[in-house]
Amino acid sequence: MNNIIKRYIPQILAILFVVLIFGFLTLNAQTNMDNRGIDFGFGFLSQESSFDVQFSLIEYSGSDSYARAFLVGLLNTLLVSVISIIFCTILGVIIGVARLSSNYLIKNSAAWYVEFFRNIPLLLQIFFWYYAALRALPMPEKADAWFGVTYMTVKGYYIPSMVWENLNIFLYCGLAAIIAIIVLRNYASKLRDTQGKQIPVLLYSVALLIVLPLLSFLFGGVTLEFEIPELKKLSKISYIYEGGISLPPELIALVLALSLYTSTFVAECVRAGIEGVSKGQKEAAASVGLTPNQVLKLVIMPQALRIIIPPTTNQYLNLTKNSSLAAAIAYPDLVLVFAGTALMQTGKAIEIVSITMLTYLTISLTIAAIMNWYNKKIEIKEK
Amino acid sequence: MQTLNFLKPNRDNIKNYSIIGSFLVLVSLIDVISNAFLKVNLTSFLPGSLTSLFPLIIGLIGLNMMRIDYSGNKKLDLLNKNINTNNFNALLTLVILFSIIKALPQSLSWMIFDATISGDSKDACTGTGACWTYIKVWFRRFMYGMYPNEFHWRINTAFILVIALGFVGYFMKENLKKYLALYYVIIYPVIAYLVIYYLISGGSFGLQWVETGAWGGLSLTFIVSFFCLIFCFPLGMIFALGRRSSLPVIKYISICYIEFWRGVPLITVLFMSSVMFPMFLPEDFFMDKLVRVIIAITLFEAAYCAEVIRGGLQSLPRGQYDAAKSLGMGYWKMHIFVILPQALKLVIPGIANTFLALVKDTPLIFVVGLAELAGMLALAKTNPKWLGFAMEGYIFASIVFWIICYAMSKYSYNLEAKYKTER
Repeated sequence: MNNIIKRYIPQILAILFVVLIFGFLTLNAQTNMDNRGIDFGFGFLSQESSFDVQFSLIEYSGSDSYARAFLVGLLNTLLVSVISIIFCTILGVIIGVARLSSNYLIKNSAAWYVEFFRNIPLLLQIFFWYYAALRALPMPEKADAWFGVTYMTVKGYYIPSMVWENLNIFLYCGLAAIIAIIVLRNYASKLRDTQGKQIPVLLYSVALLIVLPLLSFLFGGVTLEFEIPELKKLSKISYIYEGGISLPPELIALVLALSLYTSTFVAECVRAGIEGVSKGQKEAAASVGLTPNQVLKLVIMPQALRIIIPPTTNQYLNLTKNSSLAAAIAYPDLVLVFAGTALMQTGKAIEIVSITMLTYLTISLTIAAIMNWYNKKIEIKEK
Repeated sequence: MQTLNFLKPNRDNIKNYSIIGSFLVLVSLIDVISNAFLKVNLTSFLPGSLTSLFPLIIGLIGLNMMRIDYSGNKKLDLLNKNINTNNFNALLTLVILFSIIKALPQSLSWMIFDATISGDSKDACTGTGACWTYIKVWFRRFMYGMYPNEFHWRINTAFILVIALGFVGYFMKENLKKYLALYYVIIYPVIAYLVIYYLISGGSFGLQWVETGAWGGLSLTFIVSFFCLIFCFPLGMIFALGRRSSLPVIKYISICYIEFWRGVPLITVLFMSSVMFPMFLPEDFFMDKLVRVIIAITLFEAAYCAEVIRGGLQSLPRGQYDAAKSLGMGYWKMHIFVILPQALKLVIPGIANTFLALVKDTPLIFVVGLAELAGMLALAKTNPKWLGFAMEGYIFASIVFWIICYAMSKYSYNLEAKYKTER
């Protein structure tokens, strides 16, 4: 009896507490909305948004619905996250490995890089890049060409765009190459396990990846042309580049800040992972006669990756969440487009803020679920 | 590579080789330095691209000539071991050295030699360097926001008092030490709140009322992060215990709470606090924006705190729980006297890291219109009298935050090291 009370009373109280809080809040919200004549509902999503977004991946104009504006914001968020994740991984791995270098200068420069970028608030870094560093770039008419065809100007980074013909054939060829590589790898590992034969998989894979798409150019009728941005005079003093793709300075500032900031955390994960593999493993591998490259590839990396990947994914998640800081420099991400402009116009605070939060929550929980599954899979199964 | 063998020293000729090698390295360094500092190109007789590669090549040959497994010369061995283990390392060494030398004169002259700090208006800044006058003039605003100048002593006094009260624990008598936790968890936050409320807000004791809209600058960063820390800690503890509870309802409520806050970005939480939260309050109940923001950040950080504390709870050996239970202790007795004191000691470094993240997150309150340091910078930047000094402003703010955060991270490293050895 005593036990039952001990078990159930706190739980009932907890439920009551939560219900009371939520009830209180809902009640308040209801009266408040009644007083102000706002009604609750998600019908506004299909209404015409009548605002413009300066940078979007999909066709969008003011006559589209709020739901499409939401999609534009979400895609922009994902775009900046994906680009930053790629850069921060590359940088992070380099810095993390550099921190373990035997070279005193490299080790310390890497350590100082980490200490420097990790200890400045991300928002300040974004502001620095956007308001201070990128504003110092030349005007379009004075910009020098980088690599001959790209122009870094104060109005953004102009790069050539690709004009494809029969793009789908090219993509099919790429897909075929990837499938062929997977088949080849399976075959090679089978051959190694059963007969002990080694075939140079990497060489064949690279060859496949180059040859198959090349064939599509030669026989598939695929053509690729580059549209190079060209300077155009708008008025007496105002110039602009036309053609090609223009990456807005907001995007560049965000990618720079996010990838520099997150790369320090990735670097620490990489370092911890490599350091986490015990020295005995390396020595044992060397003593069975593996070459240093093989030791790294077959013994150290598989074990280090097991330590590196979970915290690194966590950092990717943080990066995605941090990309919401875009709103501070007016990059049209989910927060700015939806929780900013759309909220101002419709006044539907509760609906919009909850949709925004739920979107981020969904992204986070999805990645977390995948991570948990992956962790379970790679866990060392002790007997 | 065979042909390069004549460049390889052995123990007999290392002396000559090291002299020639260091001479070559010296030449390469002199070339780069003269290029960077004096703008003299010593190698202009060489064709085009070779000019810029010349110091690298010469330096590499020099380092190659100095490289030997063991020379007996301590300094040379140290050098070889640390920066000159193979050609690739030597190349990286040179590249790093050269880029430091190349970047140094520009940044130094911008930051120090060509910079202005005198005067008190924009006109003083005529040079090509940084305009630190801007920082000097705006310094008080950056530190205290729009808080009236004549009352700045109130903020200072309040901070000194709060810090002094925080150190009480160090000087407490032995027989009072058992109340230390009580003091820090309950009494101290209350006192600190009263001090900040009466001194900084004013309104009584003859002090003029200053509304929170005028608060700002770095002091606001401290106020927000201080309150969030002291409030999120107990809250985090509750949810950490809740998540490890054997009662399913409490466990799942805690999990939902923690995962929800950890899954959303802080900026949306702040939006929630500023636009959505007022809708959920009773009709004529007004809550200050700063208070709402502090509540929002506290709820947010509590989730992170809870995860850190849970880590501490999990790392305690089962034996501790069993021992406490076998002495007949109940849930609360066991946790208060046995588990938490040990677990909390373990998580101090983790909490320090959470706090560091919290301090780095506070500039975000700028997006809901509270002007702490980043917000004041944005304000100063758009002031028509002071246009065009964004760079100085952000460098200043970065340095300030960097010093604070670096000191804190070093402190948390020390804590970590300290508590590691004790276990």
